Amino acid sequence: MTDQLSRVFQALADPTRRDMVARLAADGDASVGELAAPYDVSVQAVSKHVKVLEEAGLVSRSRDAQRRPVRLEAEVFDLMTKWIERYRQQAEERYRRLDAVLATMDEGDASGDGQRDDAPIDQQGAAS
Amino acid sequence: MNAAATTKHEATIEAVPDLPIIIITREFGASAERVFRAHVDRDLFARWVGPRSIDTTIETWDARTGGSWAYRVGRAEDGLDTSFYGSFHEVRPNERIVQTFTWAGAPDQVMLETMTFEPLEGGRCRIVGRSISESIEVRDQMLASGMDVGVQEGYAQLDELLADGSA
Repeated sequence: MTDQLSRVFQALADPTRRDMVARLAADGDASVGELAAPYDVSVQAVSKHVKVLEEAGLVSRSRDAQRRPVRLEAEVFDLMTKWIERYRQQAEERYRRLDAVLATMDEGDASGDGQRDDAPIDQQGAAS
Repeated sequence: MNAAATTKHEATIEAVPDLPIIIITREFGASAERVFRAHVDRDLFARWVGPRSIDTTIETWDARTGGSWAYRVGRAEDGLDTSFYGSFHEVRPNERIVQTFTWAGAPDQVMLETMTFEPLEGGRCRIVGRSISESIEVRDQMLASGMDVGVQEGYAQLDELLADGSA
């Protein structure tokens, strides 16, 4: 399961493949030849990139049409984006709890930052 | 793969595709000194690091250069009982914390985390946390799991996608 996700990330680690995915997302299905047009590389090289994206489940190619257009599999892409967004949300939730803690520190600490006599012992010697 | 914040001060995340790095940035309506203190004070830290509904127990806490830390989240009877540990490589007051981070469930993996505290105008501050994993694969596992109970539902979704042949 995680192998699948790793393949997705690895596929997107390459700037050319990222660009291809972005173009498929913006412009819709395209043939390998159309995908290759803007790059200074051979159609064979682009074909290889498409194969990596295909193995990662990011794109598919229809079997019947003669030009076999490459199609973005938005579901897999969305799932990965969702995972990153959930990770971000977890960080945001943690930091909202920190906001609340900071607010209580403000109330009990009108004299200023870190100037309290009961400042944590933990900080002592930290600069050494 | 950047997810832009929906409001001005929400945390933003950046998962650099080519590198095993996750960067999380967040602004606070408090000074760098206060935010730093909430990171190094054992009791303050325990109040925000874990989910509100689940107990966080700090087991080891020595927040200074060369020190170490460990905490446990949840209890066996909650159905969630997991712990994290690491070392404080550098604690530079009000500026920077560099620490290692290991989830006890995967003791062979260690992340290096660097957190910087930048003062902003108006008594605010910004913290930038960079987590470096050993490999992109490990980083991706981190992202996929979120180190959270929600991990199973994520896998279930992916299983469904794989099962119906669309992936």
